Amino acid sequence: MHFKTYAGTAYVLKGINLDIHENDFLGLVGETGCGKSMTCFSILRLIPPGGVISAGKIFFRGEDLLQKPENEMMKIRGKRISMISQDPSAYLNPLFTIGQQLIMIIRQHHTLTKAESIDRALEMLRVVELPNPQRIMKAYPHELSGGMKQRAAIAMALSCAPDLLIADEPTTDLDVTIQARILELLQKLREERHLTIIMVTHDLAVVAEACEKVAVLYAGRLVESGDVKSVLYHPKHPYTQALLRCSPGIGSREQPLEAIPGRVPSSFELVSGCDFHPRCPHATAKCKETFPSFNRTGGNHYVACHIYGELQN
Amino acid sequence: MSGEENSERATLSEVQASMPENGNPLLEIDHLSKEFAARDSIFRRSRRIVHALRDVSFKIYPETTFGIVGESGCGKTTLLRCILQMIRPTAGRVAFDGVDLVKLPSSELRIKRRDLQMVFQNPFNSLNPRLSVLAIVSEPLRTHTKMSHGEIHDRILDLLEQVGLERDHLYRYPHEFSGGQLQRIAIARALSSNPKFICLDEPTSALDVSVQAQIITLLQNLQREMKLTYLFVSHNLSLVNHISDQIAVMYLGRIVEIADVKSLFENPLHPYTKALVSATPSLKADSRKDRIRIEGEIPDASNPPSGCYFHPRCPYAKDLCFVKYPQMTKIDKMHFVACHLI
Repeated sequence: MHFKTYAGTAYVLKGINLDIHENDFLGLVGETGCGKSMTCFSILRLIPPGGVISAGKIFFRGEDLLQKPENEMMKIRGKRISMISQDPSAYLNPLFTIGQQLIMIIRQHHTLTKAESIDRALEMLRVVELPNPQRIMKAYPHELSGGMKQRAAIAMALSCAPDLLIADEPTTDLDVTIQARILELLQKLREERHLTIIMVTHDLAVVAEACEKVAVLYAGRLVESGDVKSVLYHPKHPYTQALLRCSPGIGSREQPLEAIPGRVPSSFELVSGCDFHPRCPHATAKCKETFPSFNRTGGNHYVACHIYGELQN
Repeated sequence: MSGEENSERATLSEVQASMPENGNPLLEIDHLSKEFAARDSIFRRSRRIVHALRDVSFKIYPETTFGIVGESGCGKTTLLRCILQMIRPTAGRVAFDGVDLVKLPSSELRIKRRDLQMVFQNPFNSLNPRLSVLAIVSEPLRTHTKMSHGEIHDRILDLLEQVGLERDHLYRYPHEFSGGQLQRIAIARALSSNPKFICLDEPTSALDVSVQAQIITLLQNLQREMKLTYLFVSHNLSLVNHISDQIAVMYLGRIVEIADVKSLFENPLHPYTKALVSATPSLKADSRKDRIRIEGEIPDASNPPSGCYFHPRCPYAKDLCFVKYPQMTKIDKMHFVACHLI
């Protein structure tokens, strides 16, 4: 996928292959500008103006979403695939109560009477463990705290019982105690409602807490993916290793944080070979020339690196 | 009421008496309080008072890092601003090198500010977009010294090198830099007047982890080289754990626990500290066990709960917690906690 801008063409995603199975809880990790959010928007075909998906296919239950006409996409968005974002106050409408907004979504996708949709809305607020749903129904977004707004947003996203929930940094703006509760809620909903969740985050610790699978993105490409335990405890790609070494953790005070030298390449510049080679401590001549293929290293652990085998020894 | 306050005061001065023997403290905060008058409506004169800070006391010793953690709205930033006198506190004392900043007239305060600098949370907002890097970094020098243009120019080049920026960045403007570079410029500005003490208000929360690691390493190196004292405010416990020597945990404008890093993380005593430590996501596999869940959200600061502020969310609250605010008690040499259950 790329963006055409006045400054040239920004190559945002350069070939992402991801398989997401039913009832997966996938964490999509990477730094700012690596294409995490764009991957999500592409799935929903909601990329901002100027963006073009130049190649590729997105299969959802066997159907290519990129071939669907817009009116069919509208039926999928919200009903079968829904999304929550980092900042719920930005996409909850401040002029309508939570109840009005919930009912609007429910009636958009289902033919229900008003009373039935109110019942459904109340039930959803109970599902996300909001206290006093009757009161929340009548509340405007500004009357709720950040954590409550995110819960209301989750209620909205789940109101039509979607198969896939895309959560774009759902806890970044929240305090740690609230974050822990939201992550618990997402895990519970996944089990109870047989939900598949893709969670975008830049925090590896959040992934370790909540997710089962993880995909690490760097400069618009997937560099490593697999089970959380396998990827985070036995990282194969130098970038994942570096990312783990520079994340502070409780009880790791004695180890100094190791910064990654250099910076993420901008999406306007195309790096030859592996995108990470200018910052990689182990880069070889081959890394500068060709982009490594995605290799399976065991189980469902995949890595895109020429030298991961040698790194282990 | 006054009797109760006196007894609290006694224990608090004991708190201060027994901090590490690193010579004299550089900064002594004594019963600092800040009240804001909040108005419900612009048409009404209301008497509602928000206690943003209540009886905050601690000491910071030279060349150490004092960390402050707490959730949003607990008064972390207000505390920093009150220390630097960017807002004047309602009561209390802020002694810097033995001089009470609260009582200092603004003309003298301005001179004193050479020694106290600040790095703000969001470098995209804290640097003037219309000034070049040279103008931004040299501003403290132009206000505080009588250095000539040439001297300033040389000093700024040294500073840029120290924070890891290039010579040719001098005449560029903030929009040309990334977040990490901007934060380096902000640090260079804070360093330019050769301060003793720097307040860091979540300096890395707007940055990516790899950049955050660069900035934290830079700050640690600068502290060693320039013998700086830091006050580091953050909501990220793992980060505070990394950089601080001592940590204070704040809840609703009060300090609930002060301890050195080791005892705070290995032996947190206040239920709120325990909850914070256990809610912090960790890369370690076994961290999911025995999580302390706290219900609800931070109460409204203008109408704090009776007794211990934490009791509505505390899983262990007993009757006494509903009526009386607990005193700061000393656990060992450097560990203090305000909880009835200890």
